[in-house]
Amino acid sequence: MKAFAKLVNDLDSSNKTSLKTEAIQRFLRDADDKDKLWLLALFTGKRPKRHVGSGLMKQWAMEIAGIPEWLFIESYSSVGDLGETIALILPPPQQQTEKPLYAWMQDIIALADATEAEKRYFVLHAWNNLNTTERFIFNKLLGGSFRVGLSSKGLINALAKHYALDETAVAHSIMGEWRLDDVEFEPLIHGHYSNTFLSKPYPFCLAYALETPVERLAPLSEWQAEYKWDGIRGQLVKRAGEVFIWSRGEELVTSQFPEVVATAQQWDEDFVIDGEILPIKEGAVLNFSELQKRLNRKLLTRKILTDTPVGMYAYDLLEWKGEDIRLRPLQERRALLEMIVESYSPASIQLSPVVSAADPESLLQLRETARERNSEGLMLKHRRSIYHTGRKKGDWWKWKIDPLTIDAVLIYAQKGSGRRSAYYSDYTFAVRDGDMLVTIAKAYSGLTDKEIQEVSRFVNKNAIEKFGPVRTVKPELVFEIAFEGIGYSSRHKSGVALRFPRIARWRKDKTVQDIDDLETVKKLIT
Amino acid sequence: MIQDEPLLRFCSEGIYCVPGRFYIDPWRPVAKALIMHGHADHAREGMQHYLCHHFTVPILKARIGADIQVQGIAYNEPTYLNGVKVSFHPAGHIIGSAQIRLEYGGKVAVVSGDYKVQDDGLSTPFEPVRCHEFVTESTFGLPIYKWLPVESYQQQMRQWITENQARGKTSVFIGYSLGKAQRILKALEGMGDIYVHYSIARLNEAYVSAGIPLPEYRNLDLREDVKKVAGKIVIVPPALADSNALKRIPDFATAICSGWMQVRGARRWRSADAGFAVSDHADWPGLLQAIKATEADKVYVTHGHTQTFAKYLNETGIYAEAIKTEFGAEEEIEETVKAEKE
Repeated sequence: MKAFAKLVNDLDSSNKTSLKTEAIQRFLRDADDKDKLWLLALFTGKRPKRHVGSGLMKQWAMEIAGIPEWLFIESYSSVGDLGETIALILPPPQQQTEKPLYAWMQDIIALADATEAEKRYFVLHAWNNLNTTERFIFNKLLGGSFRVGLSSKGLINALAKHYALDETAVAHSIMGEWRLDDVEFEPLIHGHYSNTFLSKPYPFCLAYALETPVERLAPLSEWQAEYKWDGIRGQLVKRAGEVFIWSRGEELVTSQFPEVVATAQQWDEDFVIDGEILPIKEGAVLNFSELQKRLNRKLLTRKILTDTPVGMYAYDLLEWKGEDIRLRPLQERRALLEMIVESYSPASIQLSPVVSAADPESLLQLRETARERNSEGLMLKHRRSIYHTGRKKGDWWKWKIDPLTIDAVLIYAQKGSGRRSAYYSDYTFAVRDGDMLVTIAKAYSGLTDKEIQEVSRFVNKNAIEKFGPVRTVKPELVFEIAFEGIGYSSRHKSGVALRFPRIARWRKDKTVQDIDDLETVKKLIT
Repeated sequence: MIQDEPLLRFCSEGIYCVPGRFYIDPWRPVAKALIMHGHADHAREGMQHYLCHHFTVPILKARIGADIQVQGIAYNEPTYLNGVKVSFHPAGHIIGSAQIRLEYGGKVAVVSGDYKVQDDGLSTPFEPVRCHEFVTESTFGLPIYKWLPVESYQQQMRQWITENQARGKTSVFIGYSLGKAQRILKALEGMGDIYVHYSIARLNEAYVSAGIPLPEYRNLDLREDVKKVAGKIVIVPPALADSNALKRIPDFATAICSGWMQVRGARRWRSADAGFAVSDHADWPGLLQAIKATEADKVYVTHGHTQTFAKYLNETGIYAEAIKTEFGAEEEIEETVKAEKE
């Protein structure tokens, strides 16, 4: 655990990629292979089932620390993380025990069959043998929700560097479904298990926002333009007759979209398609808020399936008849994709249409009208581009429509979690509705650290009540809220829901008298 | 003598001693001010007359003005002000910091200002004083705040320097120029050449003149050539934390030294490379220990987590009340953010 705790600490204490890479390499050098495997498992979301509820952990911690529940809650709202709150309130450990990460994980997994008394004994014993950082990590491991300050890209790059491997290959090897009990570390990262996993997705190719005037993309004929769709980016994998859908968060979402799966099953060959899952009805793409009704449901009723049918707009073809074709130029991949999709009768998998514009001016006009199609703007892809791993500058650009904006007033503030737990950084904003204020959006980002400190001071001075995590504040600070789309929603009091709301800027020049009213906001809905 | 007249009243100008007709650490101009320590939120300008510990006198003069009317007093040296017996007692917060004991008509009150019970080896250690009424801070009044022993955090800071030295990096520590900077200096003794920003060096004089030895250090002015500090140790005040001036130092890593660094989120929030939970305030066990030792019947909580801390005291059978003051207004958010006027 010491080596792992050191890694977590090192990753936490630097923003510099080089230092993070160095920390990972140190871990790869020092740690046991089984611990390294666990590092990969935790990073790729393969956590053991939770066997000790957070309620019990909290209960035991309060007992040992001798503090009442309300004080625990106050502490929690200052820390912003349950595992860390527990680690901090416990008395100092009486002993120090060193056990590797995998041994802890074995013990944690073995709790599946333990009685509550046995669990309690195990957890209390661990707490009494670990320092604060190790306790925090232990609590997170126990809770199955471990996150550290490192992107999967950062981990992949460090692994590739340390073992002198290709980054794409490492990404491919460690992504997807593998079971800890079935693999060993070295063979895994060297890709020895790759072929055995039918479902394995490729890393998504991601685009940067266009930074230069579109005129610079000359000649324009070299570029393929498509609408940028606002749904769920997904990878549709069919191998040996089996169909899988991966989301960009590398989660398997196959069961949520039976329409797409049914279509894919009717196609003859194996393939991997990159596309967007969208609510599509009578040939038109619907507002994203429609898709939200479909997401994360345990049961898809016939009514839901009829009311909100989904389909996939195919962007790209990554694999065809078992062959990885990502290194072929886009125009070739696209031609193949068109041939395949068009050879089947119109179904729930369609082509994401390519739009053509003779000159930058008409391209700009197309972009301006994108929102009418429930699209967020345009994508510009170089016709000779390969399908890159991850985010790469130069070949693919996203060119979004300028966001919609409204002016709203801050009415609730809450301390952030993680990095922002010392400040009020989560805000709820309201617009006017007659004589009342009605909440319109929550936003977490868009202000600089300095501005967040300034808002926090305002909240401290102007909070109407003091207990609990949420502060109601005097409606005084006005912010410009930017968002990508807007739809009707029965979930929100205001009756509307904003898509991707964030703070565009602090309007210190405006007062609460100047904020927008709900009727004006509703007029933005197309 | 009127039994019902309170000894202390909390007014819009500050904490007022009713029979003594003077204020303690007032935030508005008054005739007579007793000052508990030299930090800016406690020692403000505009008082006609100041009374503080001997060690605080040069600090007040440096910060407020050389021409102020200020009188120094030793610890445990009683004096009478309008019939109130007044004495200063070590608070262990920073150099010259004091709790002020007031006795009148058989009733004793102690106003403690900022304090810590951990002995930092520089300030005169905290001394518990028995009283009927005790005025306490609660900057870190939550059970998540428990400081490591002095040796442990010193060892962590030294370890961090060793790692930086191995990479040829300059180690930059950020801490309050009065109190914290000197503790950092002491913790790093023998680790290599230490440069301190001149605003800190000026306050170091207060320690030296009081006979408190500090490790050897060199003055640093970031406007001058800073190449000489490469790979060395540097201590700067928080005002310089994200400044362009600091960026002139070659290849450096920063560490913030503040009690807020106890929480991972706060450490990650600041763009520093490391955070050490070193504080000049009492931690949770320290606050409780100090309060119990006073045996007070009534506790006033002046700043920090006032409501929470007062509620907890009440539940544990100690009558307590949260008071609104203007102490630590900035500290409630972030001790180290406060820019020092220089």
